[in-house]
This record gives sequence, C-alpha cells and structure tokens, in this order.
Amino acid sequence: MKNFLRILSLIIVFLATPLSSQAAEKVEYLKTDWSFKGLFGKFDRGALQRGYQVYTEVCASCHSMKYLSYRNLAEKGGPEFTEQQAKAIAASFDVTDGPNSDGEMFTRPGKLSDKFVMPYENVKAAQAANGGAYPPDMSVLVKARGGGVDYIYSLLQGYDDPPVGITLDEGVHYNKYMYGNKIKMSNPLSDGLVEYSDGTNATVEQMSKDVTTFLMWTAEPHLETRHQMGFKAIVYLIILTILVYFSMKKIWSRVETEV
Amino acid sequence: MSDNEYTPTSKAGKWFNDRLPLLTLANHLTDYPTPKNLNYWWTFGGILTFCLITQIVTGLTLAMHYIAHADMAFESVEHIMRDVNYGWLIRYIHANGASMFFLAVYIHIFRSLFYGSYKAPREIIWIIGIIIYLLMMAAAFMGYVLPWGQMSFWGATVITNLFSAIPLVGEGIVTWLWGGYSVDNPTLTRFFTLHYLIPFLILGLVVLHIWALHVPGNNNPVGIDVKKPSKDTVPFHPYIVIKDTFALLMFMIVFAFFVFYTPNILGHADNYIEADPLVTPAHIVPEWYLLPFYAILRSVPDKLLGVIAMLSAILILAALPWLDTSKIRSAVFRPLYKQFYWILVADVLILGYVGAMPAEGLYLLVARVATAYYFLHFLVILPVLGLKEKTLPIPLSITEPILGGTANLATARNKESSIK
Repeated sequence: MKNFLRILSLIIVFLATPLSSQAAEKVEYLKTDWSFKGLFGKFDRGALQRGYQVYTEVCASCHSMKYLSYRNLAEKGGPEFTEQQAKAIAASFDVTDGPNSDGEMFTRPGKLSDKFVMPYENVKAAQAANGGAYPPDMSVLVKARGGGVDYIYSLLQGYDDPPVGITLDEGVHYNKYMYGNKIKMSNPLSDGLVEYSDGTNATVEQMSKDVTTFLMWTAEPHLETRHQMGFKAIVYLIILTILVYFSMKKIWSRVETEV
Repeated sequence: MSDNEYTPTSKAGKWFNDRLPLLTLANHLTDYPTPKNLNYWWTFGGILTFCLITQIVTGLTLAMHYIAHADMAFESVEHIMRDVNYGWLIRYIHANGASMFFLAVYIHIFRSLFYGSYKAPREIIWIIGIIIYLLMMAAAFMGYVLPWGQMSFWGATVITNLFSAIPLVGEGIVTWLWGGYSVDNPTLTRFFTLHYLIPFLILGLVVLHIWALHVPGNNNPVGIDVKKPSKDTVPFHPYIVIKDTFALLMFMIVFAFFVFYTPNILGHADNYIEADPLVTPAHIVPEWYLLPFYAILRSVPDKLLGVIAMLSAILILAALPWLDTSKIRSAVFRPLYKQFYWILVADVLILGYVGAMPAEGLYLLVARVATAYYFLHFLVILPVLGLKEKTLPIPLSITEPILGGTANLATARNKESSIK
C-alpha cells in the first residue's frame, strides 16, 4: 500500500511538472485576488454587476456575447440583478423579430428570453468595421485563452508605448501581454471611462478586474454550483472511503495477508 | 469454468438455471478464486470498468442534447454547458472521464509489463487488451472532434491526413474518410456515429477480456501459477470486491477534484474557439494521452515512415508475449529487467513531454533518441535479456515466503518434501 502510493505520487508529480513549467515559460501575468478561485470560490456580486456595466458600455460595441440571454443576468450565481432590473436591461435593447403576419421583419424592445443583441450583422460587417480583425465573441473568451482570467486582466492593463526597435503598422497597438505583442484593439479603458452606479472609483485596474470577473461568469455560469457541489461530493467520497477502508480491514482480517 | 458444479437450492432457480445458466455464472463470479497477494496495481481493472460505464452513461445523456452539425455542434455544446440541467456536470465528467480512463489504462498496462501478465497462458487476454486500447484511442480522438473547436478541427485534419502517406491510394482514402475535400460536416457526422459505436465494441471486448482472464485466473505479484482454490486464493466476493471498491473510491476522489475544481486543465484553450478552416492554431497538439505516439510520429523525418513507426509502436505490444523470452513473469525476480522496466517508463514519459513541445532543436533530438530506445527495448533488450538474465529463485507458492519467512527455494523444497 505504502509502496503503491509512493510510486503513484511520483508519477503524478512527474506528469504535472510539464504543465506548470509550460506556464512558467510565458510572460508573468498581473495577479489579483480572484474571489472565485479556491474550494469555496464565489463571484463577487458587485464586481459582476460593475463588470456587466463595463461590458455593455465599452466592450459590447464591438464584441458579441452570443451564448448569453438577458434572463441569465437575473439567474442565481450570476450578477443576480432583480427580475425587474433584468427586464429593464433587456427592454433597453432593440431586437429584430419576425417575420410578422405580413411577412415583414420588425423591431421590438428586448425580452428576458432574448439572446444578447449582436453588435454587428455578421462576421464580415464586424471585420469591415475593425480593420479586418474580427473582435472575438466574449461568451467563452476566458476559457479560450491560455492564461485565462489573468491573461485578460493583464491584457487590459498591458497597453504601453512600443519599445525602441518595434514599429507598428497603422491600426496596430503595442501590448505587453498579447501574443506577439501586437494587437488590433486600441486601448479600451481609461480612468473614469464609466461611472459606476455604486460609487466605486472606476480606475483602469478596477474596471479590468470587474469586467474579467464578469467574463469568467459568462464562460462558467455554473461555477458557484460546481464549487459547492464539488465540496459536498468530495467530503461524501472521503467519508465513504474511510468506512469502506475499515470494512475492508475487517473482512481481510480473516486472511493473514495485509491489505 | 468453475471446478465445482453449482446447483441452485430453489426449485424455480434450478428450472431457470437448467435453461439459462445465469446463476451458475453469478456463482462463478462471486466464488472466482483470486490470488490473495494482489496489490493495489491490480485494482485498475475494476476502475477501468467503472470508467467505461461512466463514459457510456454520460455519453448517452450528452448525445440527447448534442447536435452533430458543423454549424451547430459548438453552439449545442454551449447549450449543454449553460441551459441543460446539470449539463456542465455531465460534460465535465465525460471530458475528464476520458483522461481518467487513459490514466487508469496506462497504469493497467504498465502493471502487466512489470508483473509479466502478458506471458503464457495469458497472451489472448493481453492481445484483446491491446485491441481495446486501440479502440479507446480511436474513440477518444473522434470524441475530441465533436465539440468542433479549433483543436477538434485541426486535430482531425492532421490525424486523417496521416492516411495520405499511404502510397498510390493515400489521397483517395483521405477524401473517402472526410466525405469531401476537407474536414467538414460529413466528417463530423461520421465521427459522431463511430464515436457512439466504438464504446459498445469496447464493452463486448471487455467481456471477452474478462472471460479470457477467468480461464487461467489472475496473475499475481509473485508471478507464479497458483492452485485454485487453495490457501493462496480468496473468493472474489467479498475480498476483492471490497478492495476494488476502496481503490475505486480513492480514484473517484481524484476524478471529482478534476471535474469540480479544474475541469479544463487537461483540455486545450483553443478548443473553446469555434472551428475555423481559415485560421490554423500556432501549435496543434493532441490530448495528453496520445502525446508519446505523436512524438514518435514527428521524430521520423519521412511522413510514411513516421506513420509506420507510430503504428508499430502500438502493434509491437501485441507481439510482446513472444518478444519477452524470459520464463519468469514477475519483475520482482528479474533484477535486470526491473531496471530496464523503469527506464522504459521514463522513456515513455519523456516521449509524452517532447510530444507536447514544438518538434525542433533539442526537443526533436530527444524525441528521436527516446523513439529509438522505445523500439530497442522491445526488439533487442527484451529478447536478449530473457536468455541472458540471472533471475532470483522464485517461491513455490504465495503462502510460502510469508510462512517460511524466506524466498529461498531450497528451504521451500525441503519443507514441501517433508510435508509429503
């Protein structure tokens, strides 16, 4: 048993090393205290609501959020706007619906069941408006980038003047954390860009943290349930394992072999 | 199969059993004499059965919500993750379950290698096992294509393109596999069909694997033939059942940790980007469990030879019972083999590591050396070692070294003759 565990742990350590060393080779990302990390990690409700505000006032003009519906904003484990608030948010968007009985498409205020309104008609229109670069959909963006939340958080604060020797084309910007350091998106944030309704000071750092938290939720809307359920499941399994261990010892005591 | 004939006690039971001997089978399975010295490396057979059932059950549920269409697959996976009740849980169990399945199967295979479980009379068990392993790789590869992310698409492109290395008919075969001139909707739908089929083929082969096992019975850490039933064996139930349950629960704790706390760590971030035939990812890498073979493939400069090397690396395992010329099963009594065994383990881990790295410079050199050593181990070291190696004396029975307190053959022989 001891021997078995020793060899097994050695192999796992060996397997895990390349994973961590791979991460270490890349640029050191900026770190912050994410409330959703760890065994009991939960979203900071305030950060999610502020993050939604940053998304909708800044990012949403170019970046779509096609897998989310307005109803999600009022669901448990998310920003948890009240149903009235979510309805009001939905109604503030014009949604194209139809065709009606005359065969015409028409515009109406959004409802909770509507998907987030897309900023562009189609991919080509989005590319045309952004110098050929398609602003990626943000629904699962955090999971689609190697560094995850730390990467997005750093990228938003990574704009800088290009170091000597690097020339940038028209419409290309320098970013310390971008792959290849060249990014088509101009610096989206500046201090005081949005006016938080809860009075929080809208620094670039604060907005980066809030919007990244929001994007983590859009990518993993069930993260809180997952953490809560995981803790219960693992505690249950550990208790059951201990009980089975003693049953096993009892049963095997009839044989002189060790288990 | 069982030595003692079983008769049900009840009249109805006897009536049924005479027509379909299910009760005899159940009796055989519970009574099945198992060597009592099996260590925890032997618990992975049960764990693997659990993995297969888990994959089938979660897979069936996912298939109820998944849409196998190039335009809708990615979206339907997000639908499962967001709107299907506990869909995220089912999908994360299925995705991480594949990794756990391979983790368990590698431990299972390397246990066989250490204790010589592939040797006579267990060659058929071993060969069925290799076929199961091949089917597992096919199922895992096709399953990885289904979410239709960037790695799905480009992984499918790279792997199916391997067939183009076949002389003359290669290109035609690739077009036939794709159902078109590139990986597209027809490829996705057929991969989905096959991904659904293969687990049931595996299930059938698992039945044969266990059937073939129950003919000679389990090998054991000492690697000697065991008289059944005897002082060296215990009935499968309750002894092995409870032990396997205990090991399975520990395995499930690790499994649960991945599912609930780091569900995406074993996947690739690019697979959360929808497939785009016009954008090639910077590095196309397969899932971790295929990396050693990917390294072998890339270490050969010629495409056709690379494919042949990769396939041979797997198929050579099927010839293992005849490549290993040693009559002694367990590495415990083979001091030299034991060292070469651990070198092989390190070699495969190194291959896995370089498989994840770009194929250039030092990585490529290491991959080539490790590939050469892999084949050297099976084709040269094992056959020669079996003939040259001085093995340690093996005990006559499992109980003997424990009761006698020595593994010395001479004392054991004396003792046996004095008993007679």
